[in-house]
Amino acid sequence: MKKDLISYTIHLADSALILGHRNSEWCGHGPVLEQDIAITNISLDLIGQARNFYQYAAQLTGNNTTEDTLAYLRDAREFKNCLLTELPNGDWAVTVLRQFFFSAYQYLLYQQLQHSSDTQLAAIAEKSLKEVTYHLRWSSEWVIRLGDGTSESRQRILNAIEDLWMFTGELFKPADYEIEATAKGFGVNAELLKNDWLQNIKAIFEEATLPVPDENAWMQTGGKTGSHTEHLGFILADMQFLQRTYPGCEW
Amino acid sequence: MPIHDLEKTFLDKIEREIKIEPRDWMPDAYRKNLVRQISQHAHSEIVGMLPEGNWITRAPSLKRKAILIAKAQDEAGHGLYLYSATETLGTSREETINDLHSGKAKYSSIFNYPTLCWADIGAIGWLVDGAAIINQVMLCRTSYGPYARAMVRICREESFHQRQGFEILLVLSRGSDEQKAMCQDALNRWWWPSLMMFGPRDSDSTHSDQSMKWKIKRMSNDELRQKFIDMIAEQVKVLGMTLPDPDLKWNAERKHYDFGEIDWAEFWNVVKGNGPCNKQRIEARTKAWDEGAWVREAAVAYAEKRKEKQPQTPKGALEAA
Repeated sequence: MKKDLISYTIHLADSALILGHRNSEWCGHGPVLEQDIAITNISLDLIGQARNFYQYAAQLTGNNTTEDTLAYLRDAREFKNCLLTELPNGDWAVTVLRQFFFSAYQYLLYQQLQHSSDTQLAAIAEKSLKEVTYHLRWSSEWVIRLGDGTSESRQRILNAIEDLWMFTGELFKPADYEIEATAKGFGVNAELLKNDWLQNIKAIFEEATLPVPDENAWMQTGGKTGSHTEHLGFILADMQFLQRTYPGCEW
Repeated sequence: MPIHDLEKTFLDKIEREIKIEPRDWMPDAYRKNLVRQISQHAHSEIVGMLPEGNWITRAPSLKRKAILIAKAQDEAGHGLYLYSATETLGTSREETINDLHSGKAKYSSIFNYPTLCWADIGAIGWLVDGAAIINQVMLCRTSYGPYARAMVRICREESFHQRQGFEILLVLSRGSDEQKAMCQDALNRWWWPSLMMFGPRDSDSTHSDQSMKWKIKRMSNDELRQKFIDMIAEQVKVLGMTLPDPDLKWNAERKHYDFGEIDWAEFWNVVKGNGPCNKQRIEARTKAWDEGAWVREAAVAYAEKRKEKQPQTPKGALEAA
């Protein structure tokens, strides 16, 4: 039970941290100051969520585990984030679409998770849901704006859909620890979120005058069980560099 | 009203410490001087995000990462207030930003130095934000209302930034030998450039005289610099580190620290564009702006379409997003 709870919690943390990391790369480089602030704010929220989950996982693990040993001292194969979160930022269309796909999923996930039998997970989900509600609104508005903006923005968001769609299936394909988590009542059945998620995507795409891709298209998987894209290694090389170069220090 | 009467009213307000507001008459030179100073200040906030942003993905703990992101975000917010203050003087944000990209407008030269190790993030917080606060506390009393009010908000956040910078260095100063060396290295590199932040010596400052008369500035460059040195020379003792100036010592007669000669040749060279990162910083800003053009255009186009569909759409295109 405990092992599955830890894996499940770390999985939630990893996805939040890695997407937060990607969004933080925009800081100082956004297309307009207000949006630089918005994307940085989302990054900060996601890293905050990751910290809450890691702290809980660390407490469950014991042995002097901390949020930082979890984030900084595991290698790529141990990371359980969804592949979608680690994909490069690309242009603004890729970034907002990636956020939209993920926030739409996280919104449904946290809505359920706030009723988890595990009070700690429930509390983190409840707190995070407020943030995710904003992320979803913000990213939905951008998808609509780009889809129904200029011909260039439309082409760019179409390209982004083409690039990202095959990474959305993994969100709803549970790993073993998610299946266990559902069975034991502390986790959310990700498969059951898919329908609502698709409905939300369709509604926003319709407003954005964008075509909805084939939901039965081939999907990439592996992130949740540690088989990642080539990108994650570089994220970790960056993120973990100081902790790895000067082991055992306080910062 | 004849110009000389308007000018008399203006000077009278300055004399009586009544703030000048956007709709008030003001001499063209006052307006020009303010636009130059406030936009320079705004650009410094925005360009200043780059050397710190350089370490966001590499911050050594999740707590430090979150603090650093929040700090960079604060700076973006400061940039916003300040661009708005410039707009109250009739210069649009776009014009102001174009002047930055073309090199016509300046920003604080300190951001043309590179952040080479983690301790640099501490040094920027403690020294660079520390120097900025000294300047900004004075500007809370500046004669132009919108600028003074922006400064009050900014100062509140800056003092938090300075504390977190000092705390980064404090942890390093109590850490491993390598961390201590990192800390000292950062102080060695950032000390002199942070003294240069107060600008040229009073005797060489072209804008100072008039700015003091108009109460845009309320203390001279040299006075502010001395205040900063006196503060840091005391605080560095807590870190157990040294400042790279053999001439730095307490002068009981003056009740101030004496200090060595600033390398003014370096100062003027960095101002002229020859600093280690001038080119890189402007390129990064220009790239962000140019690559964001299609995004801004899309937002405007979409807002226009919405306006046609629903005549009373309340949201601005970019601000509300």
